[in-house]
Amino acid sequence: MMPEQINGNEPLLRVSGLNVHFGIGAAAVRAIADVGFTVRKGERVGIVGESGCGKTVTGLALMGLLPRHTTHVTGQMLMDGRNLLELGPRAMQRVRGRQIAMIFQEPMNALDPVFTIGEQISETLRAHFRIGRAEARDRAVAALEAVGIPLPARRYSEYPHQLSGGMRQRAMIAIALACEPRLLIADEPTTALDVTIQAQIIDLLLELSSRTETALLFITHDLGVVASACTRLLTMYAGEIVEDADVDAALVAPRHPYTSGLLRSLPRLTPRKSRLPSIAGQVPSPAEMPEGCRFAPRCAHRGPLCANPVPLIDLGDRRVRCARHAELTLPGCAERRLA
Amino acid sequence: MMGKRVRLALRRAAQVIPVLILATLVVFLLLHLVPGDPAVTLAGENATEEHIAEIRHFYGFDQPLAVQYLHWLANAAQGDLSHSLISSESVRTSILQHFPATLLIVGLAMLLSIAVGVPLGILAATHQGGPIDTAVTSLASLGVALPNFWLAMILVGWFALQLNLLPATGAAALTEDPVSALRHAILPAVALSAGGIAEVVRQLRSALLEVLSSQFVRTLYAKGLPPRLILWKHVLRNVGVTLLTVLGILFNRLLGATVVVEAVFAIPGMGSLIVQAAIAKDFPVVQGVVFAMVLVVILTNLLIDVLYSMLDPRVSV
Repeated sequence: MMPEQINGNEPLLRVSGLNVHFGIGAAAVRAIADVGFTVRKGERVGIVGESGCGKTVTGLALMGLLPRHTTHVTGQMLMDGRNLLELGPRAMQRVRGRQIAMIFQEPMNALDPVFTIGEQISETLRAHFRIGRAEARDRAVAALEAVGIPLPARRYSEYPHQLSGGMRQRAMIAIALACEPRLLIADEPTTALDVTIQAQIIDLLLELSSRTETALLFITHDLGVVASACTRLLTMYAGEIVEDADVDAALVAPRHPYTSGLLRSLPRLTPRKSRLPSIAGQVPSPAEMPEGCRFAPRCAHRGPLCANPVPLIDLGDRRVRCARHAELTLPGCAERRLA
Repeated sequence: MMGKRVRLALRRAAQVIPVLILATLVVFLLLHLVPGDPAVTLAGENATEEHIAEIRHFYGFDQPLAVQYLHWLANAAQGDLSHSLISSESVRTSILQHFPATLLIVGLAMLLSIAVGVPLGILAATHQGGPIDTAVTSLASLGVALPNFWLAMILVGWFALQLNLLPATGAAALTEDPVSALRHAILPAVALSAGGIAEVVRQLRSALLEVLSSQFVRTLYAKGLPPRLILWKHVLRNVGVTLLTVLGILFNRLLGATVVVEAVFAIPGMGSLIVQAAIAKDFPVVQGVVFAMVLVVILTNLLIDVLYSMLDPRVSV
């Protein structure tokens, strides 16, 4: 493993100018446009947005898992001073699973059905460390135990179909964290699970990541998860980052109308029966992207300025892509506390 | 685990008996529906009515069909498949004489289908959309479309008659002269395997593509496993079940297709045996050959079922 960075302030991961094009030549469409953000060591960042906003594509791009023939990825993803995008397939293979790991939404489909859970952990360990079968086995059992799977030695030789959904996701987390990566990308890790299990999995991820100082990148459409688990919120819309802020600040006072809309559409447990405010319309497809602010067609606050492209404006403590951010006071989901 | 597999094998074996009875019953009835009386044939030309009736009685043809069938079944259960009407040779003996030649060709054709089809299928799937894939899939389409009797004749023309490399017709016993037996079996096996190779390529390619695009393969990449390990360990194990199914069906189909190829190469196998017997209305031989073939097919399926449970842990045992 690389020693701590030369510069102590350098973040774990610095993404800048990330663009992803699907398709080749004239038919290519830009799915991710100029995405940039940083993740510090042990930080927990949530990426939110509706389906089709480019959250998952961003995650897959970080992992180098987008199909090479049909996608074109440009920009910079700096880790340890290396641009991951410039790494060859071999070097990237050593980063995946070892430096950056990823867990997926559907734990049933994400595990190989014909190999035991244990084998799927040990083979990962053996791919990254020079260890024998016996040691890999011991460490795999320990990994299963760490994610709270009861009777880990017995579960080691069971197959994915023999485990419940929650246990499968735990096994998936065990695989991802077996090599102690420094960044874990969790793509909708709880969406396919029962509500009661969801909280357990989130708690587990938080506990493990803080114990090992693993940074977490939560990709989710569930703002509740972000509110409880993350320290920073990245809102994505139509392939762009529209807001990047501290979670507490964003929940109380979002500066982008889209973040505000997402927050206001969160259901709250209140005795009043009121309709949830929703955001009208849908995410434009990459082929029919508006020239100016991409959210403008759905925005209740749009003005004449919104017809022009809007840069991501740095406000010091946060970044926002809204031409009217200074004049708007937008509602969040948490009430401002007076005391 | 082994105990479970033995139990599975036993349970499947119990299911075999009704299938065997049904298959032989259908063949029995079909034979008797075909116009023509074997007694007349056996009695020869200018035979008297009395003589024909005598023969009919001697072979039991005058008894009700149900009785005849049950009689045959009871004997078959004890391993007695009766005697040929024409040569009066034991049917079991002639099956045992003819079966090795067929098994050699079919076995060799199976080996060729796997040895050529599996690598080509993998090659096509891993180069999807590229020129290699196009070439392989085009060849496979051709292989499916080629009639094997035509291919057989072309092969005989080139390799046997023009180049004189291999014998054109006939067979030799593997136990007596293995080299000659193999030399005789090569051309028929190649003719038979063209369709088999094509089928293995097509099925394996599409099964591989499906597995390669599945979510768990993405996880394997996300874990940082080398692509070669992903393909050879995980993907191939996952298509193993499909491949087994294809091979099982293929074996059964080749057993049927061998009839034509045996005719072209004049091989004294099961195909020739049943064709001659059917033309001569030699009921016991036809019945016996069908019985043996059904038995082989069922045993193959049984073997494949057991292999399934070894490859795929989800198969409930």
